[in-house]
Amino acid sequence: MTAAVLTVWTAVCRVDQLEPERGVAALLGGRQVALFRTHDGTVHAIGNIDPFSGAAVLSRGIVGDRGGVPTVASPVYKQVFSLVDGRCLDDDTVRVDVYDVRLRHGTVEVAVEDTVDRPGTAPWAGR
Amino acid sequence: MTRELVVVGHGMVGHRLVSALRDRDTAGTWHVTVLGEEDRPAYDRVALSSYVDGRTEDDLALDDHDDPRVDVRRGTPVVAIDREARQVRTGSGELIGYDALVLATGSVPFVPPVPGRDLPGCFVYRTLDDLDAITAAAEAAMERPGPGRRSAVVVGGGLLGLEAARAMRLLGLSPQVVEIAPRLMPVQVDEGGGALLRTLVERQDIAVRCGVSVAGIVADRGRLVAQLSDGIELDADLVVFSAGIRAADGLARAAGLGVGERGGVLVDDRCRTADEHVWAVGECAALEGRTYGLVAPGYAMAEVVADRLLGGDARMSSAELDMSTQLKLLGVDVASFGDAHATTEGALPVVINDPVAGTYAKLVVSDDASTLLGGVLVGDASRYAALRPLVGSALPADPVALIAPDGVELGADALPDSAQVCSCNAVTKGALREAIAEGAHDVPALKACTRAGTSCGSCVPLLKTILVQEGVEVSTALCEHFAFSRAELFEIVAGAGIATFSELIETHGTGRGCDVCKPVVASILASLGGIKGTGGHILAGEQASLQDTNDRFLANMQRDGTYSVVPRVPGGEITPDGLIAIGEVARDFGLYTKITGGQRIDLFGARVEQLPAIWRRLVDAGFESGHAYGKALRTVKSCVGSTWCRYGQQDSVGLAVALELRYRGLRSPHKIKSGVSGCARECAEARSKDFGIIATETGWNLYVGGNGGFTPRHADLLVSDVDTDTLVRLVDRFLMFYVRTADRLQRTASWIEAMDGGLDHLRAVIVDDSLGICADLEAAMAAHVASYADEWAGVLADEDKLARFVSFVNAPDTPDPTISFVTERGQPVPAPRTPVLIGIPEVGS
Ligand code: SRM
Ligand SMILES: Cc1cc2nc3c(=O)[nH]c(=O)nc-3n(C[C@H](O)[C@H](O)[C@H](O)COP(=O)(O)OP(=O)(O)OC[C@H]3O[C@@H](n4cnc5c(N)ncnc54)[C@H](O)[C@@H]3O)c2cc1C
Ligand code: SF4
Ligand code: FES
Repeated sequence: MTAAVLTVWTAVCRVDQLEPERGVAALLGGRQVALFRTHDGTVHAIGNIDPFSGAAVLSRGIVGDRGGVPTVASPVYKQVFSLVDGRCLDDDTVRVDVYDVRLRHGTVEVAVEDTVDRPGTAPWAGR
Repeated sequence: MTRELVVVGHGMVGHRLVSALRDRDTAGTWHVTVLGEEDRPAYDRVALSSYVDGRTEDDLALDDHDDPRVDVRRGTPVVAIDREARQVRTGSGELIGYDALVLATGSVPFVPPVPGRDLPGCFVYRTLDDLDAITAAAEAAMERPGPGRRSAVVVGGGLLGLEAARAMRLLGLSPQVVEIAPRLMPVQVDEGGGALLRTLVERQDIAVRCGVSVAGIVADRGRLVAQLSDGIELDADLVVFSAGIRAADGLARAAGLGVGERGGVLVDDRCRTADEHVWAVGECAALEGRTYGLVAPGYAMAEVVADRLLGGDARMSSAELDMSTQLKLLGVDVASFGDAHATTEGALPVVINDPVAGTYAKLVVSDDASTLLGGVLVGDASRYAALRPLVGSALPADPVALIAPDGVELGADALPDSAQVCSCNAVTKGALREAIAEGAHDVPALKACTRAGTSCGSCVPLLKTILVQEGVEVSTALCEHFAFSRAELFEIVAGAGIATFSELIETHGTGRGCDVCKPVVASILASLGGIKGTGGHILAGEQASLQDTNDRFLANMQRDGTYSVVPRVPGGEITPDGLIAIGEVARDFGLYTKITGGQRIDLFGARVEQLPAIWRRLVDAGFESGHAYGKALRTVKSCVGSTWCRYGQQDSVGLAVALELRYRGLRSPHKIKSGVSGCARECAEARSKDFGIIATETGWNLYVGGNGGFTPRHADLLVSDVDTDTLVRLVDRFLMFYVRTADRLQRTASWIEAMDGGLDHLRAVIVDDSLGICADLEAAMAAHVASYADEWAGVLADEDKLARFVSFVNAPDTPDPTISFVTERGQPVPAPRTPVLIGIPEVGS
């Protein structure tokens, strides 16, 4: 079986539902995404699950910056994550997913990659 | 010309070899092909057990190499090596040539040759696939109809066996560990430590049988029966073998390469086999004849080979390898390091065994008692970080004092420069001091430039001590955004009349703030709210974005992302109707209920979108927020006092209720607790509180600066035999002075201790008014009392605030799918999933 990766843009909410420097969580298919609007109006989207505790709570962390990089601090054990690339700034072996975001007509859209299975198109299908 | 490196095995060490090579091979000398048998990306096997505890394959995955010169082929076992042709053959028959070949095939679990070991239901514990199979079998067992507990027999009581037993418990089975040796973890701990370890493990609901072996396994009516050598039969749904490992050296044997006496591909101190093109690293290698079942020695080997492949001359000797281990298993502390079994000629063991406290400590010292050789710690391994680096060095103190409960605390100054502070990354104290001298002035900087503290983290506390010792100034700046302490910021905000965080950071700070400064400023603004007459709700406007999640949702976040709800029960006094109302809410929302240590009731397991409905019911029944989530007044505990008690001298309950209502909602540098006892018998434990009151025949004694918690401290007597009005006035002043001048997260106990002049100074300021500020302090408290309003009622009355209590912005009422409960003792509790990294102690920074 081969798989094709598609990018799917999903409308999540109106941009005015995002308060500056506060996060919200969104459910996209099976995935939980944390959305943040920073001070300058940029919207970021990262995975909502805190890798250190396993709880789906990053959207409820405090938004701020470290050395100019916009960040969110996990509310559980306080590790800080970059909103730009999802890296944990307290432990460089840990990273959360980052999703592309675009604003269209006042609506926030998030790009989620979807893997579409195409069974039987390759000779080794079913391996 | 590019040369071709083939790595067989993409486990932890194979992965490290490739990263190390890629980091250093800037010239692009090597192209690397990695052939791995497992059909998954490389993962952290040390943390394997956390997989049954909620961590996913992705969480455990090691970084992708992400380099065009590395070709990783999963699901591709190597079946033969042709050394003459310099080729390997894969399972599908493909031939791949190499200039250099590194074997990193790890180990295979050892399964003792007992009859029945291949029956369905028998497993080993080594790979993610093993764990998937075990989980499926456990689930099937749980679903099987019929009474009785579902159980698992774990064969082997070493590090791995105990981990596996713990995993079985997480999967809902009752584990039984069978260990052939007379004690658990026989390789790491000695007899005395083993006996205590057994007690501690049994306390975790894991049954232990030592000194017996499994003689056979038979199938019996859909289950298994494990027959033990002493004739006992154990029913089991699963049997897990974790009785040791054997080096995976089959490829090397077949290719005619030498193996060690007890297995393992023989390599020299360069990790090279007798064939100059073939190397071996990790658990499959027998370095000078000996194999190592831990990851740190494997990493060291990977670094050596990476260096050698690039023409370097790194070498290693088995003497340098750190075989210390630490196990963090359900709160059972075990650590062993150096020559734990006193095998060195003339070595002397020094033991302190305290079965009552549940601790066992042994140090092994040289025959003249001058040098530390090793040790074992069970029950309390807190000294592990300080002791381990001392192995091989002169003892800094009497060995007994080093392990006695109230003996010497080892500072980092005891360490010579040559001592290895971080054993995971082989960083000495000397190297750390050099880095500090070159400008690495905090833990993150030290981590970045030396890699110390970046693996298991157990050395981080020592890094801090060394920083202090090297005289690196500890700045009072709150964080990178403000160069002021909390007390200074309080004065700035109060003095300049600043009303928002944005205004403050623009005028007095840099950047956009963080999780340290935002809650501090929120607390200052809240403390000043009453004074400035704004009396705003803590979630009003921008303030909402400053709050820690607990304040933001007016509830305490739990480890699974649910919240706990604590209504205020002033003084611990509650009516039957009140109790019934709380009980009904808990029942209707399916909440776990517990009486707290603060004389009130905590309701756990509420999802964020349920909080408003829960509070609507509580507020209707006359309850208000208990501020269990806030750095604020918590409870004023009381004893029953003169109303009922034959010894009571005053109405302690009445005073406790009045004080709790007076100071409720007051935001402060840290939480504030109080207690009122009706006589010197002190049933309310008032002297362990920030301010505590004990009744006398004629009035009240006021004590301040008590603390339970991390550093218990009895409160000091401030004034004696005062009447109620005087008492309240003094408490007003005390609390406001604390709110204004204490540091962030400083309880009253450490605030008084750090104060110039200590208690005497405090008494001068708030009793004798030496600074002339008492009128101010009282006015500030009066303003707070007058402006108090219940925060939850405030939320329920405001649509905008309510709108934030949703699970998902695009699915407001859909419960978070990651939250699930199981039933324990008749109540819902979170389904187990916290990652527990066994062998890797908690990381603090
Ligand atoms: C629920 C309760 C335990 C219980 O089941 O009884 C509890 C639960 C927590 N305590 Fe406590 N403490 C509870 C009584 C205590 C007591 C006993 C007391 O108050 O009489 C103490 C020792 C007394 C003291 O504070 O001096 C206590 C000392 C701590 C400490 C250490 C404070 C210190 O100064 O060292 C922390 C950590 C902290 O605050 O930084 C803490 C922190 C916590 C936290 C907030 C940990 C956290 O961040 O999640 C727990 C939150 C539970 C929740 O979500 O509701 N808890 N905690 C008790 C709630 C009392 C209440 O009704 O409000
Ligand atoms: C549950 C558990 C807990 C542990 N806890 C700790 C701990 O707390 N501290 C500690 O230091 N260590 C611990 N260890 C040990 C640690 O995981 C190992 O020391 C480490 O993984 C060794 O790395 P390695 O690369 O040598 O072997 P592995 O990680 O086993 O990797 C070997 C890889 O080679 C593959 N392979 C084998 N043969 C072939 C072949 N012919 N062709 C292709 N691929 C092949 C295997 O499939 C495997 O993926 C633990 C191990 C387990 C199982
Ligand atoms: S002692 Fe307090 S902080 Fe620690 S686990 Fe118990 S409730 Fe939590
Ligand atoms: S000892 Fe330093 S990270 Fe493990």
